[in-house]
Amino acid sequence: MGLLDQRFENSNIIITSMDSLLNWARLSSLWGMQFGLACCAIEMMATGASHYDTDRFGIFFRGSPRQSDVMIVAGTVTLKMASRIKTLYDQMSEPRYVLSMGSCSNCGGPYWEHGYHVLKGVDRIIPVDVYVPGCPPRPEALIEGLMKLQEKIRSQSLAKKKSA
Amino acid sequence: MIPQEMFDSLKSAFGEAILEAKPDGVLDPWIKVAPGRMDDIARFLRDTDRFSFDSLMLLSGMDYTKGKLGVVYHLHSLKWNHKIVIKTEVTAENPHVRSVEAVWKTANWHEREAFDMYGIVFDGHPDLRRILMPDDWEGYPLRKDYAVPEYYNGMKVPY
Repeated sequence: MGLLDQRFENSNIIITSMDSLLNWARLSSLWGMQFGLACCAIEMMATGASHYDTDRFGIFFRGSPRQSDVMIVAGTVTLKMASRIKTLYDQMSEPRYVLSMGSCSNCGGPYWEHGYHVLKGVDRIIPVDVYVPGCPPRPEALIEGLMKLQEKIRSQSLAKKKSA
Repeated sequence: MIPQEMFDSLKSAFGEAILEAKPDGVLDPWIKVAPGRMDDIARFLRDTDRFSFDSLMLLSGMDYTKGKLGVVYHLHSLKWNHKIVIKTEVTAENPHVRSVEAVWKTANWHEREAFDMYGIVFDGHPDLRRILMPDDWEGYPLRKDYAVPEYYNGMKVPY
């Protein structure tokens, strides 16, 4: 018999706050927007694949912004792509989060000076929750960033009304 | 076939349209031709048996500064296994070159890229529009005198 069976026996009651329960559910199933922009996307794919296996955190990628909780901006944001990213972000339902992965989407990266076609940081068009540095970041770094995002979600409250 | 023979052969076929050649040197041997006859010269190079340049390896735009632009064609013959570089030069005020898209299909996207980056217009191209930059982009980014715009669609461009 497992531990839970011995402790709770016949009752099915757990006492907790609504926020803790909702936040636990939300941070344990962060579904990511499935899109990559550059070499960071290769690391993101490696993070999602069996070796690093983000499925164990409940993180896996969805093909539609309507079903996604977190957008991982993995790679160089060109000006041509920037308007598409804005559209995708607008199509995601709230609560939604953005993780900026790698130097390019953080601040323009190696294109900061002569990149006439590169947006110098995705935070110029959409709000960013977590920045992961690196060029590209290793899968461990991305997982660290996702865990930081989980910490942020844990501290939030959906029940409280937002102050306008 | 050595480059000097190629030059002499082209010179006898096209005369004034063949400008100069550098058949020896450290870099690849090249022949400079007039931009207005580029398509005829390309077809001749492909279809004449002793040339048989059936492969366009690379077509690239150039900015030689001081108002001069250019196009460079790297050709290879699979039949004879010889290579040649064809160059042509135009002015920035009148950047018109005859398209070789009908001769080598490879040239389609390469010419679009040269148009996108340098503003070289390829007369006779079936679909000459930007290939990399957005359609509403202004200016030609790889020209030496290009200045990065301050804003694009409301987004600040400089760091």
